[in-house]
Amino acid sequence: MTAATLAEPRFSQPSRLTLLLRYLRRNKSLAVGLLILLGLIIFTTHGLLTADLDNAYPLSVKTKQPPGLEFPFGTDYFGRDLYVAMVVGLWQTALIGVLAGALGTLIGVVLGFTSAYFGGWIDAAIKSLCQILTPIPAFLIQVIIASSLDKRDVTIFTMAFVVVLLAWMGPTLVVRAQVLTMKERQFVAVAKLSGMGDLGIIFGEIMPNLLPFIAAAFVDQVFKAVFASFYLAVLGLGPLREPLMGNIIWAAQGQSAFFNNWWWWPLAPAAAMVLILSSLALINMGLDELANPRVRRTE
Amino acid sequence: MAPLLEFKNVTKVYSRGLLSRSSTTALNNVSFTLNENEPTIMTVAGESGSGKTTLAMLLLGFINTTAGHILYKGQDISQLRGAERMTFRREVQAVFQDPFAVFNPFYTVDHLLSVPIERFKLARSKTEARDRMAEALNAVGLRPEDILGRFPHQLSGGQRQRINVARALVLRPRLLVADEPVSMVDASLRANILETLRALQRNYGVSIIYITHDLTTAYHIARSIVVLYRGNVMEAGDVDSVIKTPQHPYTRLLIDSIPWPDLSRRWGETELKVKEGDIHDRGAGCRFLARCPFAMDKCQAPPPLFRLNGHQAASCYLHEQHPQIEAERLTELLPV
Amino acid sequence: MNPVLHVNDLQVTYYTDAGRAKALDGVTLSLNAGEKLGLVGESGSGKSTMALAMMRMIKPPGRIEGGNVIVDGTDLTRLSDQQMLKARLSKIAYIPQGAMNSLNPVMQIGAQMADAIKAHQPDTSKAELETRSLKALESVDLKRSVSKMYAHELSGGMKQRVCIAIGILLNPKVIIADEPTSALDVVTQRQVMETIDHVQQQLGAAVILIGHDMGLMAQFVDKVAVMYAGRIMELSSVREMFTDPKHPYAQALINSLPNLENKGVFQGIPGLAPSLLRLPGGCAFHPRCPMVMEVCKTARPKIDTLPGGRQVQCHLYAERV
Repeated sequence: MTAATLAEPRFSQPSRLTLLLRYLRRNKSLAVGLLILLGLIIFTTHGLLTADLDNAYPLSVKTKQPPGLEFPFGTDYFGRDLYVAMVVGLWQTALIGVLAGALGTLIGVVLGFTSAYFGGWIDAAIKSLCQILTPIPAFLIQVIIASSLDKRDVTIFTMAFVVVLLAWMGPTLVVRAQVLTMKERQFVAVAKLSGMGDLGIIFGEIMPNLLPFIAAAFVDQVFKAVFASFYLAVLGLGPLREPLMGNIIWAAQGQSAFFNNWWWWPLAPAAAMVLILSSLALINMGLDELANPRVRRTE
Repeated sequence: MAPLLEFKNVTKVYSRGLLSRSSTTALNNVSFTLNENEPTIMTVAGESGSGKTTLAMLLLGFINTTAGHILYKGQDISQLRGAERMTFRREVQAVFQDPFAVFNPFYTVDHLLSVPIERFKLARSKTEARDRMAEALNAVGLRPEDILGRFPHQLSGGQRQRINVARALVLRPRLLVADEPVSMVDASLRANILETLRALQRNYGVSIIYITHDLTTAYHIARSIVVLYRGNVMEAGDVDSVIKTPQHPYTRLLIDSIPWPDLSRRWGETELKVKEGDIHDRGAGCRFLARCPFAMDKCQAPPPLFRLNGHQAASCYLHEQHPQIEAERLTELLPV
Repeated sequence: MNPVLHVNDLQVTYYTDAGRAKALDGVTLSLNAGEKLGLVGESGSGKSTMALAMMRMIKPPGRIEGGNVIVDGTDLTRLSDQQMLKARLSKIAYIPQGAMNSLNPVMQIGAQMADAIKAHQPDTSKAELETRSLKALESVDLKRSVSKMYAHELSGGMKQRVCIAIGILLNPKVIIADEPTSALDVVTQRQVMETIDHVQQQLGAAVILIGHDMGLMAQFVDKVAVMYAGRIMELSSVREMFTDPKHPYAQALINSLPNLENKGVFQGIPGLAPSLLRLPGGCAFHPRCPMVMEVCKTARPKIDTLPGGRQVQCHLYAERV
């Protein structure tokens, strides 16, 4: 252990940003997904700040106008400015998605952790509950609930709630599985030896390592929520006055928009929906690769 | 004064399944004592499946015994609560085999050292804590400025294991369980780590239980040795005697199979040819029966420990002319 | 006598995000039929990369950038992927670390061995497949009944011997065993090494044993090559290596070995092995070398051949040649 002064070969660490960009270059899904999302966010924010939001609602502007200078996306049969409608609709969809997503993820994290860390009958109970509820066709139940609600009670928030009701099992089981493996890892044993209590271990040792999984579960929940709100609205079960994309498409269908040559009417919301869902799906795939070290290539 | 650690007839059985009562005896009636004022290094030697890891887990309080008691300073460790349990935690520590697995990949390596300092209140301020960490790192031959702030994957296996040992230094436990601390480390670094362990014992009065399958390193740092095979004590005693003049067929086989880096000591000097044992043998007799080249009929009954001299015992009928000694009194033969 | 294996100036580089790592930097060695070579080095020395490079199993971001690997007259680096597939197992066999964990858990041992033969010689009859498999099992001292067993029914040592048996099915000329006994206990280790010895004598093949346990080398090989930072620092017969090592790194390694005479005396090697991304200039070992000279810091020593066929890469010996 005599140490002559040794010139330790030093690591010059590339900056965090460079590493991030390099990773994004490899993980194309994540990169493209984030890019689309960024575009949508800019579009929405700009719209919310500049446009007159009342024009998103019926009887605001001239009806049935094709896309032109005054109305870039055209207007619909009821007098909505479709450009403003997109802006408000995207914002509302984001709200539903994030609300439902966050709620579903939160429930998943709490139940998953409790189940896995404490084991015993708690674990058995939660696991059984998940396993019983999972095969229930969510779509059916959502349609039943949504259609039995009084039309005035159907708001964005009730939609979010309806979606969460049958979506929380996924994250719960994923978190549970991860915590079960992590619980056995040696750094948890060492933490115990270092005097850490159970709570300290859950929040201090295990939770930080689960962040990629939790993020992936969150994005997945947001996707499910957005998609569910869309198909419920397309069936006419959404809050009809609001400019949700699904609502607009349902209305367009009801008025036979294509036959009447109002082609721009369902086009805008459909395009918006495709963009949102694909961006979320791509981000989800990208996060999957990040969270799963075996799928991750090099690094 | 109560002894530091007492293993009293400790047995651990793992049973599986409700219907098929298939069970594995991981540890069978093992007893030994370590005294407080005689810090020593004791080796528990055995291959995988010998029970040495179970012994470590029992000692650290991670699992409970099926029979028998483990006493720390006179108190049964399964009954400790509150402040006494914290004291036990602080005073009984471990160094594990895998240098990477003990680090939480989310944090820098500082976390491994700072958590115990904080939980056991080993420093009064952040600066004092950093000083203690730096001191411990220096003692294992690492430079704090190269180590602190790094992530575990940025360091080599040797560096990581030395940080593990530094953790033990920071904690100054009374009892340290070292479970194969050098088997995943390069040969050139083993010396350093083993020296540090010896320094811990010599300068800070830490008793060390060194668990390994590598008898060469055991020979160099331990004073006493207990050889386990499938949960039973085969041979025990002074490390010099046991390794230079092994008496139990299993120990003899082990010693003879060690690839000594010495051209004059070739393999197979004794013609001990081990038999291909049935790996699922559940007989009640001597655990080594299926592979023993000297097996006799009487080996169907489990052999007791025979006291061969003042510092060696073997549980084998080949030595039945010697007096028997109860398992509980094994410690008398283990020198410090 | 023509060497059955000749590696000439092999170069392998890994292109990682953090930079280029030169895993092998001009490795040259030869082996005759029936000879056993031990490749020793610490982690990061390049010994496993050597094995992978010889088998042409280096995956991106790694690449073989230069040199040849000539086995029994054929240059493996010049073969197409198809041809290399045939060459593996029939000319050169590789038993990787933890090979026993790569046995198919749902196929009987005998079936796995038959598969290996069929992949190379698809027209072999069923009867011949069986005879050859059983013969291979016999040569590794396993009972014929093993052919009908599954992997989980065998112990670690038995599984490893099955892997050896698969490795020799097509009578390769060179066998590379990468830490074949690292997960095994000492007693089983001896059994497995004795099996490799026996098998090698039967086939007349050359064996390269990769590891870091000098003790194992002392008991098993004829020649030892010590690797450091992707280069062979010294290549000598086993007797010379243990009694009179020339390279300072080899000397330090031999001195750090515990043995029964010097109880309690420990000697490590100060400093750390360098990262392959930032190798020191000149001789890679110079920062840790007790006999470093000025020239070592700037100029990389050439490979010198000493009388008797020993190779050393060190400026201390450059004058003599």
